[in-house]
Amino acid sequence: MFKWLEKNLPKIVMAPAVGLIGWFVYGFVLWTLYISFTNSKILPKYELWGFGQYEKLWASRKWLISVDNLLVFTALFLIFCIAIGIILAIFLDQKIRAEGVLRTIYLYPMALSFIVTGTAWKWILNPTLGIQKMFIDWGFENFTFDWLVNREMAIYTIVIAGVWQSAGFVMALFLAGLRSVEDEIVKAAKIDGAGLFTVYWRILLPMMRPVFFTSFVILVHISIKSYDLIVALTQGGPGISTTMPALFMTQTAFHKSQVGLSAASAMMMFMAVAAVIIPYLYSELRRENAR
Amino acid sequence: MQDNTQSSSYQQLEQKSKYTNMFLRWFLYFVLILFASYFIFPLYVMVVTSLKTMEEIRQGTLLSWPSGLNFESWAVAWGGRGYGAGDTFLRPYFWNSIKMVVPAVFFSTFIGAMTGYVLTKWRFKGDSWVFLFLLFGCFIPFQAILLPMARTLGVLGISNSIVGLVLVHTVYGIPFTTLFFRNYYVSVPTELVKAARIDGAGFFKIFFKILLPISAPIIVVTVIWQFTQIWNDFLFGSTFSFGEAAPIQVALNNMVLSSTSVKEYNVDMASAIIAGVPTLIVYVLAGKYFIRGLTSGAVKG
Repeated sequence: MFKWLEKNLPKIVMAPAVGLIGWFVYGFVLWTLYISFTNSKILPKYELWGFGQYEKLWASRKWLISVDNLLVFTALFLIFCIAIGIILAIFLDQKIRAEGVLRTIYLYPMALSFIVTGTAWKWILNPTLGIQKMFIDWGFENFTFDWLVNREMAIYTIVIAGVWQSAGFVMALFLAGLRSVEDEIVKAAKIDGAGLFTVYWRILLPMMRPVFFTSFVILVHISIKSYDLIVALTQGGPGISTTMPALFMTQTAFHKSQVGLSAASAMMMFMAVAAVIIPYLYSELRRENAR
Repeated sequence: MQDNTQSSSYQQLEQKSKYTNMFLRWFLYFVLILFASYFIFPLYVMVVTSLKTMEEIRQGTLLSWPSGLNFESWAVAWGGRGYGAGDTFLRPYFWNSIKMVVPAVFFSTFIGAMTGYVLTKWRFKGDSWVFLFLLFGCFIPFQAILLPMARTLGVLGISNSIVGLVLVHTVYGIPFTTLFFRNYYVSVPTELVKAARIDGAGFFKIFFKILLPISAPIIVVTVIWQFTQIWNDFLFGSTFSFGEAAPIQVALNNMVLSSTSVKEYNVDMASAIIAGVPTLIVYVLAGKYFIRGLTSGAVKG
C-alpha cells in the first residue's frame, strides 16, 4: 500500500490539476455543446432538438451584426496593433535614451482592466464634455466628434480603446524578438553596405515571422473574447450597433434566458478560437520537439 | 590638388550624412514621444479630472489643469457621501477583491508549481499530452463554460459569494500557472533531481530542497500574472456575483452606469483610478516580471 502510494505520488499530486481542468473545462464545454442541441429556455432541458438553435442563431439579426462587428473590429485591431507595435519596437531598438521610461509608458495599459480604461475612454470620447468640447474651446467651432453615440461610428471607438490597450504588448513581443537576433547578422549586412531600412525590411522583419504569428494568434484571441471593453464603453449601443458575440452570449443567457441559443453562440465562439489556437499549439509543439 | 578635392568632398559627404543622421534621430524621438503622449493621455485626463470640481469640468477642457489638489471626489468614490440608500462607493468591493485575489492566487500558484514539477521532473509516458490537455485551457473562450459554471455554483450553494469566485479563478488560472512553472522547471538540469533521488530524497523533499529555493523569479512572475488577471476580471465577477459580493471591477462598472440625476465625471475618474491603482503599482514596481509573464506564454525561449 505504502509502496504503491510512493510510486504513484507524482500522479496523485498532478491529479487535482488534471481533474479540475477535465471537469471544469472539457466537461463544461461538452455540456454546453449538448445544451446547444436542445430546446432549453430558462432551465436546461435534455431532449435533443437537433440544429434548431444554430438555425435560429444564424437567422438572428443581432447575431449577424455581432459577427459583422467582430470581423471589422478584429481586422482593424490587428492592423493597428501590429503596425504600431512594430514601429515602436524598431524605433526603441535604436539605442534610445530613456528607453525604459518609454517602454513603461507604452505597456502600462496592459496592467489595467478594460473596465478602468473603458471608463476613461468613455469620458474622453463623450461629445458634451470630452475631446469635442476641447477642440471647440480651442477655436475649432465646427469640430464634431460624436463617434461614441453615432451608430455608424461607435464600433471604431472600441477599436481606438482596444488598440491603445494592446499595442504595447505587440511592441514588447517584437522588441524581445529583435533583441534575440545575433548582432553579427546585422553587422555583416551593414558591412555589405545595407542601410538601416534595408536591414530591417529585408533581414530582421522576415526573421520575425514567428513573432508575427504569435501576435496574430493572441490578438485574434483577445478580440474574439472582447467583452469588458464593450460593456464599459458602449454596452453594445447605440441600439445594438456595437454588440459582439461575447456580449450576445451573456445577454441571451442571463437577460433573455434563452439558454439553448446562448449555448449555440458560445459554441460558435469556441470553434472560432479553436480554429486559430489548434494550429498554433501544433506548430509551437513541433518547434519545441525539433529542438 | 586632386587629392585635396576628393578628401573635401568626402568630408562634405560625411557632414551631410551627419545632418541626415541628426534629422533622423530627431524624427525618431519625435515619433516616440508622440506615441508616448497618446498612451499617457487617458491617464493624465483621469488624474486631472478626478481632482476637479464639476464646475471646473464644465468650464475647462479635458487637458486643463485643476485649480488645486481637491481630493473630495476620491473620498466620495472610496467612502460615499454618508447617506443611506443608493450611496454606492468602492470600499467594501475593494475588500471583496482582496479577499478573492489572495486565496485564488495562492491556490492556483501552488497547484501550478506542483503540476509543473511533476510534468518536468517525474516524467511519464504521455506527459506531453497531459501538458497539452492543460495548456488548451489557457485559450478557451470562457463563454463556453459560463452556463454550466453558473449551475454548478448554484448546486454547491456558493453562487454569488466570494468563495465561488475563488474557486472559479483558481480553476481557470491553473493552465497558466502550470505553463509558467513547467517552462521554468524544464530548464533546470534533471541531473540534480536524479542525483537527489539516488541519495534517497523523496518527491516532496526534492521539491522543497532543490526546486523551491531557485523558484523565486517564476513565483514572482506567476503571482503578478494571476494577481493582475484576477483583479482585473470582469466577466466572472459580473456573471457569478451581484450586490454585496461583487468584486471591484463590477462595482466600478455599476457606479459609472448608475446615472442618477447628474453625471459626476470627477467621481467616476477617481473610482476608476482606485480600481486600477493596485495593478498599476505592481506594474511600476515589478514591470520586468510583469512583461516576462506576458511574453513567456507567447514567446518560448
